[in-house]
Amino acid sequence: MTELVEEERVTFPGAVPPHRTRTVSSDGLGIAVHEWGDEGAPPVMVAHGGFDFARTFDVFAPLIAAGGWRVVAWDHRGHGDSEHAHLSSWDADVRDAMAVFDSTGPGPLAVIGHSKGGALMLQLAESCPHRISRLVNIDGMPSPRPHPDVADHQRTRLMASELSGWLDSRRTAASAQRKPGTLDELAQRRARMNPRLSHEWLRYLVSVGARHDVDGWRWKIDPTMRMGGFGPWRNSWSLERLSGLAMPMIGLLGLIPEQMGWGTEPDELAPYLPPGGRLVAYEDTGHFVHIERTAEVAELVLDFLGSPR
Amino acid sequence: MTSPVRLTHARASLALHTIRSATDARAGHPLLLLHGLGERTPATLPLGYETWPGAVYGLDFMGHGDSTIPLGGGYTCELLMADADAALAHVGPATIAGRGLGAYVALLIAGGRPDLVLGAILLDGPGLAGGGPVPGSPSVIAVNPAHGAPPDPFALAELTRDPRPPDYATNFARQVTHLSPVADPIAVCAVGRPPWLEAVVAEPGVVVSSLAEALETYAAGV
Repeated sequence: MTELVEEERVTFPGAVPPHRTRTVSSDGLGIAVHEWGDEGAPPVMVAHGGFDFARTFDVFAPLIAAGGWRVVAWDHRGHGDSEHAHLSSWDADVRDAMAVFDSTGPGPLAVIGHSKGGALMLQLAESCPHRISRLVNIDGMPSPRPHPDVADHQRTRLMASELSGWLDSRRTAASAQRKPGTLDELAQRRARMNPRLSHEWLRYLVSVGARHDVDGWRWKIDPTMRMGGFGPWRNSWSLERLSGLAMPMIGLLGLIPEQMGWGTEPDELAPYLPPGGRLVAYEDTGHFVHIERTAEVAELVLDFLGSPR
Repeated sequence: MTSPVRLTHARASLALHTIRSATDARAGHPLLLLHGLGERTPATLPLGYETWPGAVYGLDFMGHGDSTIPLGGGYTCELLMADADAALAHVGPATIAGRGLGAYVALLIAGGRPDLVLGAILLDGPGLAGGGPVPGSPSVIAVNPAHGAPPDPFALAELTRDPRPPDYATNFARQVTHLSPVADPIAVCAVGRPPWLEAVVAEPGVVVSSLAEALETYAAGV
């Protein structure tokens, strides 16, 4: 069922749709780009987190644009309005980001990244330091803590279940579809991952991040994607690179643990910060710092970015 | 070799080739060959496999041979493991022999489907080492956009950079040795020993053997 029905208008205080949208080709794959602010203003690039999409910045981005910036956000492959790819990987996401950078300007650009988007931008900052002038990482800083250890026997059983579950999902991926529902039902489902965000906000996100088919609303995100996953990557590898960054950097941490959060503690991260790097920790705040404390974070980010001219 | 069977893995179409049919109806389970990085399924039965009594299949990984070349890359060995799982879904329980990259994927899928992989044979070949035990300095790779023929240059670039930590590989090896119904379910025939394979060889239940010995052992079944 892919037939669309007329969009339902949902509003949220302060939410502003992008002023411009465009598509960038990343080696042939269509990446949807959303922009707020004066097209001639200096760009600031904004990267969303995993299972999010660019329009989760519909309240935050206009505040940055009001500070004199051209805010350029994009949907990662398989997310939002970007094309659903055959394959997805961390390196491919970084490459897609570079395609958006290249489409925006050749010089160094200021960057804001949330969660996975923040971590992707840390990798981009190390691989292409000439392309990033300033870096804001919102609750996407690596944690030096290793995963809780488990006995080998338990590890084997745990891994068996994870692996077979993941392989089973790949076997059925060709026919996978997101589960349809009412706008409120999708908002309630998302609340399991975003328990601190209001129903009104999540309802708004459905209206811009889902499509309305004849049998109900479905999230646009690639149905072959699934939470979790596994691979050889270690947090320590990202952490060891952090101290080598030379551009001004600020990290924002929400201290209330959440399912989507990374659990990074300021004290354990501080020794790995690059010279001049700064951490700001928010008590009573979860993983979505820029949504829970939008105005406060926007003010801090604008101060950090400095004058756009 | 006849026209390949088309398998589906998510949005990709994979080519599964029948290299040789079973020598007789009672020949037992099949053998699945996984090629090395940049290679494709061989057109004829390679040297050394003549003694295998069952059917012999070969899978072209995504971006290789007659399988789909995806837009914009994004290769990981874990996704190729799911390619191999699509082949197992079609041929049923099988012994797997992998070359280079295919050897590493054989280890992964043997850990992921210990009930379906009746012995994993790890052989030398292109892409055996991957990117080494830890990642090198990150970079953003670029490929020739005009290149439209297999192998996909993204596969060649990405699957020579992927880190393969020894303890990650041994987790899969332990998965296989603990859960497989086959005695000594991993046979290492490779002479090359990148760190991940050196660690796997040291695991109990992993044997070092010739290809002929491994084929004979696994053809005998569980």
